[in-house]
Amino acid sequence: MRLNSFYKTAAIALGFAALMGAQQQMTPTLTVAPVPTVKAQKGAVAVVSLRAVLPPGFHANSNTPSDAYLIPLSLKWTGGPLEADGITYPKGTMEKYSFSDKPLSVVTGEFTITTKFKVPASAATGASAQNGTLRYQACNDRMCFAPKTLNVSLSLNIE
Amino acid sequence: MNLRKSLRLMVVVGVAALLGTVACTLPEEREPVKQAVKDTSGRKNAPEFSLKDSTGKVVHLADYKGKVVLLDFWATWCGPCNIEIPWFTEFERKYKTRGFEVLGVSMDDDGWKAIQPFATAKAINYRIVLGDDKTGDLYGGIEALPTAFIIDREGRIASVHVGLAARKEFQDAIEQLL
Repeated sequence: MRLNSFYKTAAIALGFAALMGAQQQMTPTLTVAPVPTVKAQKGAVAVVSLRAVLPPGFHANSNTPSDAYLIPLSLKWTGGPLEADGITYPKGTMEKYSFSDKPLSVVTGEFTITTKFKVPASAATGASAQNGTLRYQACNDRMCFAPKTLNVSLSLNIE
Repeated sequence: MNLRKSLRLMVVVGVAALLGTVACTLPEEREPVKQAVKDTSGRKNAPEFSLKDSTGKVVHLADYKGKVVLLDFWATWCGPCNIEIPWFTEFERKYKTRGFEVLGVSMDDDGWKAIQPFATAKAINYRIVLGDDKTGDLYGGIEALPTAFIIDREGRIASVHVGLAARKEFQDAIEQLL
């Protein structure tokens, strides 16, 4: 009986270990943390930061990649009452990978992208949304994954 | 919980943690996975496709029947692919007369606008076709680049290389099949 219990525990533990290993082979997904409702004053400026996370072992090109062929991290605001007035990307760190002769400008782990918005004086008062897309292309040291575009949306409360 | 039970649990957790650590070793710490050429009995037919080259000519895999083919799914934005391209260019030059050809399947969304200047800059000497998701799906869904298939003279997949592989792995497989 005790032995059965031992095997069950061992099986669960080994299954967990295998799952962790398998996750490393899966396509990496950038996740963006939810942003609390943005309170914006008409005629003023609103600054919003998106916090994004890449899984360990993966990197994405920064907004200013080291090579013209590489796909940059790029945030675009496509719809909503606010006017984007500058986007600040994380400064890429220069990392050397086995597939590149020179270090590459990349982002890894957790990073923040900040947008400065102008709130038009003519914006409608009340709740609305600002929508955009975040494009990135991730790799690890041996392989790269197709570029992905994430939809991002901000809940607004314009006063 | 008695002492024996606690010790047993510690051993199991310890082993699991060790296996998890090995499994989760960062990619840069891993050795490239070796892929041997499969025995002929274990080879499956390479799926047929029709894709266009830069001149607009439709290329079918069947056009290569009787040759050993290195079918390379790649993209201009893929750093590890860039390491393999000069090897493939050399293989094309070295083995072409023995019945070998490289066929590059570019997965660039921007198409020839992105591929042509890149191919010129890298002096790629083999044929490139523009790939699509449908063709990728035929080959098991190409999630990671580079992914290369070495196809024997009978049109069967003899080896698969996902991610940056060692040059010798390709060379050994090609020479074995020629």
